[in-house]
Amino acid sequence: MEEFLQHIINGLNLGAGYALIALGYTMVYGILQMINFAHSEVYMIGAFSAFYGSRFFNLTEHPGWGSFFAALALAIVACSSLGLLIERFAYRPLRNSPKTNALITAIGVSLFLQFSGQVVFGADPKLFPSVLEDYALWTYGNVQLRLFDVTILSVACVAMLLLNFFIQRTRVGTAMRAVSFSFRSATLMGINVNTIIMVTFIVGSALAGVGSVLLGLKYSKIDPLMGTLIGLKAFVAAVLGGIGNLPGAVVGGLLMGLSEEMVVAYLSSTYRDALAFGLLIFILLVKPSGLFGQSKVEKV
Amino acid sequence: MRQLRHVLVIFAAALVAQACTKKNEGNAPAVDEIRIGQFGSMTGGEATFGQSTDKGVRLAIDTKNAAGGIKGKKIKLITEDNQGKPEEAAAVVKKLISQDKVIAILGEVASTRSLAAAPIAQQFKIPMITPSSTNPKVTQVGDYVFRVCFIDPFQGPVMARFAHDNLKLKKVAVLKDLKSDYSLGLSDFFQKKFKELGGEIVSEQTFQTGDSDFKAQLTRIRSTNPEAIFIPAYYTEVGLIARQARELGLKAILLGGDGWDSPKLFEIGQKAVEGSYFSNHYASESPNKATQDFIKNFKAKFNEGPDGLSAAGYDAAMILLNAMERAPELTPAAIRDELAKTKDFDGATGKITINGERNADKDAFIVKVDGKTLKFITLLGP
Amino acid sequence: MGAWRGWILVVLVALSIATLSSFVLNAYMQQILFYIAINVMLACSLNLVMGFCGQFSLGQAGFMAVGAYVSALLSLNWSLFPEPFHYFNFPLYAIAGGLCAGVAGFLVGMPSLRLRGDYLAIVTLGFGEIIRVILLNLEVVGGARGLYGIPGTQDFGMCFHAFFWAGATVLLLWRLVHSSFGRAFLSVREDEIASECMGINTTRTKVSAFVISAFFAGAAGSIFAYTTNSLNPASFQFVKSVDVVIMVVLGGMGSISGSVVGAVLVTILPEALRPLQEYTGVDLRMVIYSLTLILLMIWRPSGLFGMKEWTQFRRPRRAA
Repeated sequence: MEEFLQHIINGLNLGAGYALIALGYTMVYGILQMINFAHSEVYMIGAFSAFYGSRFFNLTEHPGWGSFFAALALAIVACSSLGLLIERFAYRPLRNSPKTNALITAIGVSLFLQFSGQVVFGADPKLFPSVLEDYALWTYGNVQLRLFDVTILSVACVAMLLLNFFIQRTRVGTAMRAVSFSFRSATLMGINVNTIIMVTFIVGSALAGVGSVLLGLKYSKIDPLMGTLIGLKAFVAAVLGGIGNLPGAVVGGLLMGLSEEMVVAYLSSTYRDALAFGLLIFILLVKPSGLFGQSKVEKV
Repeated sequence: MRQLRHVLVIFAAALVAQACTKKNEGNAPAVDEIRIGQFGSMTGGEATFGQSTDKGVRLAIDTKNAAGGIKGKKIKLITEDNQGKPEEAAAVVKKLISQDKVIAILGEVASTRSLAAAPIAQQFKIPMITPSSTNPKVTQVGDYVFRVCFIDPFQGPVMARFAHDNLKLKKVAVLKDLKSDYSLGLSDFFQKKFKELGGEIVSEQTFQTGDSDFKAQLTRIRSTNPEAIFIPAYYTEVGLIARQARELGLKAILLGGDGWDSPKLFEIGQKAVEGSYFSNHYASESPNKATQDFIKNFKAKFNEGPDGLSAAGYDAAMILLNAMERAPELTPAAIRDELAKTKDFDGATGKITINGERNADKDAFIVKVDGKTLKFITLLGP
Repeated sequence: MGAWRGWILVVLVALSIATLSSFVLNAYMQQILFYIAINVMLACSLNLVMGFCGQFSLGQAGFMAVGAYVSALLSLNWSLFPEPFHYFNFPLYAIAGGLCAGVAGFLVGMPSLRLRGDYLAIVTLGFGEIIRVILLNLEVVGGARGLYGIPGTQDFGMCFHAFFWAGATVLLLWRLVHSSFGRAFLSVREDEIASECMGINTTRTKVSAFVISAFFAGAAGSIFAYTTNSLNPASFQFVKSVDVVIMVVLGGMGSISGSVVGAVLVTILPEALRPLQEYTGVDLRMVIYSLTLILLMIWRPSGLFGMKEWTQFRRPRRAA
C-alpha cells in the first residue's frame, strides 16, 4: 500500500512536469493549428538563462522565495522574447504556406536552438542553481511529499485555470478564440491577427519559462538537449488530452506520468517509453481527437 | 533520345565529382606534418563524451607539439564529428583514411561506434586506438585495433568482488542504461560474478540515456531493500539518480564504474553521492607523477578539472605519440608494431601495458567519494 | 516510352555510377554515394505517402529499421547462394526485408490512417519509436549493443545493387503515380470526400500507398545493413524520420525528381560543411544545416521543384 501511494505521488509529479510543458504546446496549437516543435527548446533556453542569470546576480547565495521569483522572472523574460523572435522571424513569413512547411520550420528552429546550445553553452550537463531548498512537506512511513512536487503540480493546475479564464473571459482571450476559428473572419472583425498570435507565443513561452525553473530545480541538471525527451512526451500528453484543449493538456500530462510510473512499477521498466506511445496510439484510435478534443466534422 | 541525354548528364556530373576528388587528393600532407585523425560525438545526444575526450587528446598533442613534435615534424590533429551515429562514424573514418590520409586514428567512446569504425581501420591497415570503448569485441576486430582502458569482463567482476569481499554485501540491486552497450556489458559481468560469489541480485531496473526521472525505478528498488545499488552509467545520469534515491529515503550504498569519473558527479550529485564507491583508472590523490601533471596541465589549459574520459583520451593520444617516436619510420604498419610493444607506459590513468589481445593491462582503483575528492580505497587486479 | 526503356536507363545509370565509384572515388566518397542511394529510396518512397497521397508520416525510420534488421538476420543465418554467387543473396534479402517492412506498414497504416494531419504524424512517430524500443529490447538482434559482422561489401557489385534499387524505386514510383491506380493517390490528396464520391476506396488507397512506401523503406534499410555491416537502434531514431521528411519537403512534395535532388542535397550538405569545421575549430555544421532549412522554407516554401518533375521544366520553353 505504501509502495502504491508512493508510485501515485511519483507519477503525479512526473505528469505535472509534462502538463506544464504540454500547456504551451496546446496554447499555440489551439490558435495556429501548428505543432510548435521549438517549444521544448524554448524551455531549454529558459533553464539556461536562469542558470546564467542567477550566476550573474549571485542568487544562489541567498536561497529563498525572493531568489526563486527572480530566477523565474529571468526565465520568463528570456523565453517570452525568444518565443516572440521565433514567431516573428520563422513562423510569420510562413503563415499562408502549407502546414507541412510550418512544421518543418518548427523542426528547423528546434534543431537550430539545440545545436547552437551545444556550441554556446557546451554539451556537458550543468547544475541548476539551487535558488530554493527542497524539503519533505509530509512523511508517512516511507511515503514522502516534497515541496517541489507540490509546487509543480499546483502551478500546473493554477496556470491551467488562469489560462482558461484568460481565454474564456477576457477581451484578448476572445480575440484569440476568434483567430483560432478563422484568421479571415477575425481580421474582418477588426482583430489584429499578428498581435494576437504574438500574445499567444508570449504566454505559451512564458509557461515554458516557468516550467524550466520548476523542473530545473527539481531535477537540478540542465543540458542543451534537456528539452527533447520531455518535449516529445509533453506533446504526446497534449495530443492525448485533445490538443488545443487546456484542461486536456493537464489531464493528458498527469495520465502520461501515471501510466509511465505504473508500467515501471508493475510491469517492466524496459517498456516504459514504448507504453507511453502505445497508450497514445490506443486512445487516438478509439477517440481520434484525444480525450477532450472536439472532433471536427468536415463539410463538403 | 532523351534517355541518352540523361545518361550524358549523369556522366558529366560524375566527371565533376571526379575532378573534385582529384583536387582533394592533391591536398597531400605537407612533408613536415604528421596527420592523426580523431572521430567522436562532438554534437548530438552524447556530445559531452566526445568533447571531453577531445580535450584530453588535444592536450596531449599540444604538449607534444610544444616540445618540438615527433622527429622534427609537427602533429596535426583532424577531428571529425559523427553526431553519435554509428553510420556517421563509419563514413568519417573513411574520410579520415582515404581523404585526409591520416596515419593513425583515435576514437571512440561508445563501443557501438568503435565497432562500426574498427573494421574500416583494419581493412585499410591504419592503427586505431580507442580511449574508452570497453566492449571486448572492439579489439577482436583485428590486429590494428587497440584500446587503453579496461574491458567489461574485467571491470564488472572487480566491482562484484569488491562489493562481496570488501563491503560484505549480500543483496544488490542493479539500475542500468538500456541505450548504452557500456552499461549493459558492465551490468551483465557484474551480475554473473556477484551471483557466482553467492550474492543475490534483488532487482534489475532500466532507464534510457537522457531520462531525468528515475523515481519509479528507485521506488521499485526500495521495495526490495537492497544493501547497495550498482549503477553502471555515466556521470550525466548518476548524479540525478543518486539525488532521487536519497530523496526517496534509500540509504543503500551506490556502486559504479569508470563512467562516473567527472567533477560533474559531485557538482550534480552533491551530498547524495557521498560514500559511494566506483572502480576507476586512477585516484586523483594518486602519487603518480604523470597523473598529477595531467591534472595540473588540464586545469591550466581548460580552466576545469578533467573527467575520466579526458584522461583516457589523453592516454590514448600519448601512447600513440610514444609509439610514433619509437617507430623506425612513420608508416601505419611500423606504428602498429610499436603500439603492440607498449609496456609499462606511465600514463595519466596509471601504468599501461598493451597485451597480446591489444587490450590494456592495468589494475582498477576502487575509489570512494569523499566530499569533493575521490579517496583511494584499494587496488584490484584481474 | 516502352516499358523496357526505363529499365535499361536504370541499369545504365547504376552501371555508370558503380563504375565511377569503384574506379575513381575513394572509400569516403563511396560511402557517401551509398547513403545517397539509401536516402533517395527513403525520400521517394515517403514522397508517395506525403506528396502524392497527402498523409503526413514520421515513421519512415521505423520501416527502414524493420527492413534492415530482417535482412541482416537473414543473411547472418542463411546464405542461399554460396560464395561466388553471393551477390544474388542481397536483392533476395532486400526484397524479404522490404516485404516485412510492408507488413509492418500495413499493421501501422490500417488502424492509423483514419487519423488526419498532425495526429497521423504523431501516431506514425509513436509507431516508429515503438519499433525502436522493441529492437532495443530484443536480445536476438543485440539490443543496444547492435548487430555486427553482417555480410556485405562496398565493391562494384554492391554499388550496382544499391543504385539499381534506387533507380528501380524512382522508376516504379514514377510509373505508379502516372498510372490510373496512382491518380487515385492524387485525388485522395486533393479531396478525400470528392474522391470517395468518384468511387475511390480512400482507405484502401491510403493503406496501399503506406505499404508500398514501407516496402521501399525496408529495402533501403536492407542496403543500409549491407553497406555499413553493422546495425544499431541508434541509427533509426526519430531524427532519421525527420531527415527524410526534410528531403521530401526540400525537393518538393509531389515531385519524384525533387525528392531525388532533396535526398542528394541533404546527404551532401553536412559533409560539404566538414572542412569549415576544420578551419573554425567549432562544430557549426548542424547549426548551418538547420539555419539553411529555416531560410529555405521561408524563401521557397514549395521546395526546390514544387510539384513539377524535372522533365516539366523544359516543356514550356520548347513550346515557345
